Amino acid sequence: MKRSSSPSRSAETDAPAFQMQPFGLRHLLGIEGLSAAEINHLLDRADAMVGISRQVEKKRPTLSGRTLINLFFENSTRTQSSFEIAGKRLGMDVINMAVQTSSVKKGETLLDTAVTLNAMQPDLLVVRHNAAGAAELLSQKMGCSVINAGDGAHEHPTQALLDALTIRRTKGQIEGLTVAICGDIAHSRVARSNIHLLNTLGARVRVVAPSTLLPGQIEDLGVTAYRRMEDGLPGCDVVMMLRLQSERMSGAFVPSPREYYRYFGLNAERVALAKPDAIVMHPGPMNRGVEIASTIADGVQSVIAEQVEMGVAVRMAVMEALQMPQPASPDETGAA
Amino acid sequence: MKRSINTKPPRQRLFVNARIIDPSQSLDIQGDVLVSKGKIEALGKSLPRDQLKPFCKIIDCGGAVLAPGLVDARVFIGEPGGEHRETIKSASRAAVSGGVTSLAMMPDTSPVIDDAALVAFIRQTAREKSRVNILPTAALSKGLMGEEMTEFGLLSDAGAVAFTDGSKTVQSAQMMRRALTYAGDFDALIMAATRDATLGGGVMNAGLNATRMGLPGIPREAEIIPLERDMRLVAMTKGRYHASTLSTSDAADVIARAKDRALDVSAGVAIANLALNENDIGSYRTFFRVSPPLRNEDDRLAMVDGIRTGKIDLICSNHNPQDVDTKRLPFAEAADGAVGLESLLAASLRLYHTDDVPLMRILECLSTSPAKRLGLNCGTLAVGAPADMVLFDPDAPWILQEKDLRSRSRNTAFEGARFQGRVLKTIVNGRTVFSREN
Repeated sequence: MKRSSSPSRSAETDAPAFQMQPFGLRHLLGIEGLSAAEINHLLDRADAMVGISRQVEKKRPTLSGRTLINLFFENSTRTQSSFEIAGKRLGMDVINMAVQTSSVKKGETLLDTAVTLNAMQPDLLVVRHNAAGAAELLSQKMGCSVINAGDGAHEHPTQALLDALTIRRTKGQIEGLTVAICGDIAHSRVARSNIHLLNTLGARVRVVAPSTLLPGQIEDLGVTAYRRMEDGLPGCDVVMMLRLQSERMSGAFVPSPREYYRYFGLNAERVALAKPDAIVMHPGPMNRGVEIASTIADGVQSVIAEQVEMGVAVRMAVMEALQMPQPASPDETGAA
Repeated sequence: MKRSINTKPPRQRLFVNARIIDPSQSLDIQGDVLVSKGKIEALGKSLPRDQLKPFCKIIDCGGAVLAPGLVDARVFIGEPGGEHRETIKSASRAAVSGGVTSLAMMPDTSPVIDDAALVAFIRQTAREKSRVNILPTAALSKGLMGEEMTEFGLLSDAGAVAFTDGSKTVQSAQMMRRALTYAGDFDALIMAATRDATLGGGVMNAGLNATRMGLPGIPREAEIIPLERDMRLVAMTKGRYHASTLSTSDAADVIARAKDRALDVSAGVAIANLALNENDIGSYRTFFRVSPPLRNEDDRLAMVDGIRTGKIDLICSNHNPQDVDTKRLPFAEAADGAVGLESLLAASLRLYHTDDVPLMRILECLSTSPAKRLGLNCGTLAVGAPADMVLFDPDAPWILQEKDLRSRSRNTAFEGARFQGRVLKTIVNGRTVFSREN
């Protein structure tokens, strides 16, 4: 296991960075449609970024002078901070738009906001919105690169990438692993992005949830669905838990939090069903005692803190890839 | 102040060299149509010309198809209250270029058309501003709230052609039962949307696409359940019922079974559900967000089959103009609806060009059948009928471009679509109200 802090590149990416194929996309709106080569490109670049955040001097000013706007229509301290830190470590000027208090409340539409922001000439726009397709819509109106930081129940691509990086650094590779995604699949953009990514990289994906939280024809996305943790967890290398919104636990989709925890909460007995070296993941924030027991969240198999760390590296890599298709060679940047 | 438009019918017109197709008489001949004082006076192979009045104008149709003008049973117009989306005048402008000579206007306006005075207002405005026959429908329930019946008698007398809650489905079975029962006393037609409000609360067809896109789905059952309920109520009340827009194969079967039991029911299908499927939504294109939603290809084919076999009676445009403020939004937040008056005929002709439905049957579903169901004397070229006609070249190719639309709104689901079949002239009451240049 490559859990130890190795600033060097991981085993399977032995080609030097400057020989990579250039990254060809202008926006990162979702994982669906990305090729394995494109995903690996981003993961390889992210892997090389991990070391930067572990140095005392945390700057890699490849994007200095450029402007990043964080446009969050939903509150998310964690994701917003992660993007902010990533942008600052690349030397960018980062602006956080406080949308809750801005003109959107006064009836301005998403596209009016886009036109306004576009006139400020940003280089990157990170957007989170409660409506599926919002990032795509914005990308059509913006002159800059758009990164989707979560659009409704559609996609959250950087979350899937950081999950994949965490898995890859822990397990060495993704191909051939069995990954169980457990919880509110129906409303989860994290689940969708992960399903696309893990399938593209050759993992076997299971989803485990009560039927009310499984969307229609989910198996056609290339997953196997289970209605019991006891059926879905055996043999898994990765157990990925999802957050269940509290408003969905009060009768609409499941009757109560305690019933949910009884049948779908991750406790020690259930973790023991997976492989002995299985890792436990959660995109946060966690409902301790609802979907995951505290002992598991803080236990030895948990890589939840690593996920947060990888989040910064992945977001740095994505921003740099969108702005600089060809990675800079290590001696130019002084990194790693 | 502009003068109101001239609606006085010309005294005599002879349309020659036409391929006359009249579904009401199962007629498909090369010949001439003589129109006098706004009515069909004669039609047949080379009508004698020696008795024509000296002022009679002769119009050479150049071999194009002359058929009854289209009767559109479901059109939303913004007037009153939403004139930025569509006015009666702009709807009329769109209709004539699409060959539509009569249209039933839905009562979803602001204020809602649930009062005889408003029906009179629509008719008056239409007389002044519209070149086509605009037939107001009235709300089934006051304010479209689904709770209290409107004045069916007074509204019928004022000229309402049917009763409907427009885009809303009557949720209460008791309300629907009473409406069907009471409407029977006035021989009034109830037109109903069939989409359960809670089960159908999503934004697109339920299934893999919705799952993939992270959008809440509308299951097919959301249409089938209210429709089956309504069939039971029709059987119970013996009312006259028209299901406005079906989208699923099972719903078509429900209607077919009800017809087998001799219930007075009929059904329509929106052109979008005949010509498009959910894959057309692509990446969250809101112009393809319509109600009923675009379904999968199997359901689309079932709708085509329904038209061919007669399970479904008519094709409507479901014309629903929406502005940028309701459409340039994320898919889940956008309004339902697409404009359709101008593409209704051309899009329907796709079914003819693909050999799925004979031309005669398509024209029947666009004119004769809706006219009959709405109790109108148009939709036919029978002698004595109003001379409401469309002249079109069934093979002429063209590409729909948003900038050419005459509707005040631009939300077409057919932007850039390649069509075969184009309206050349539209004739209302014997008067040519639209003539395509070049």
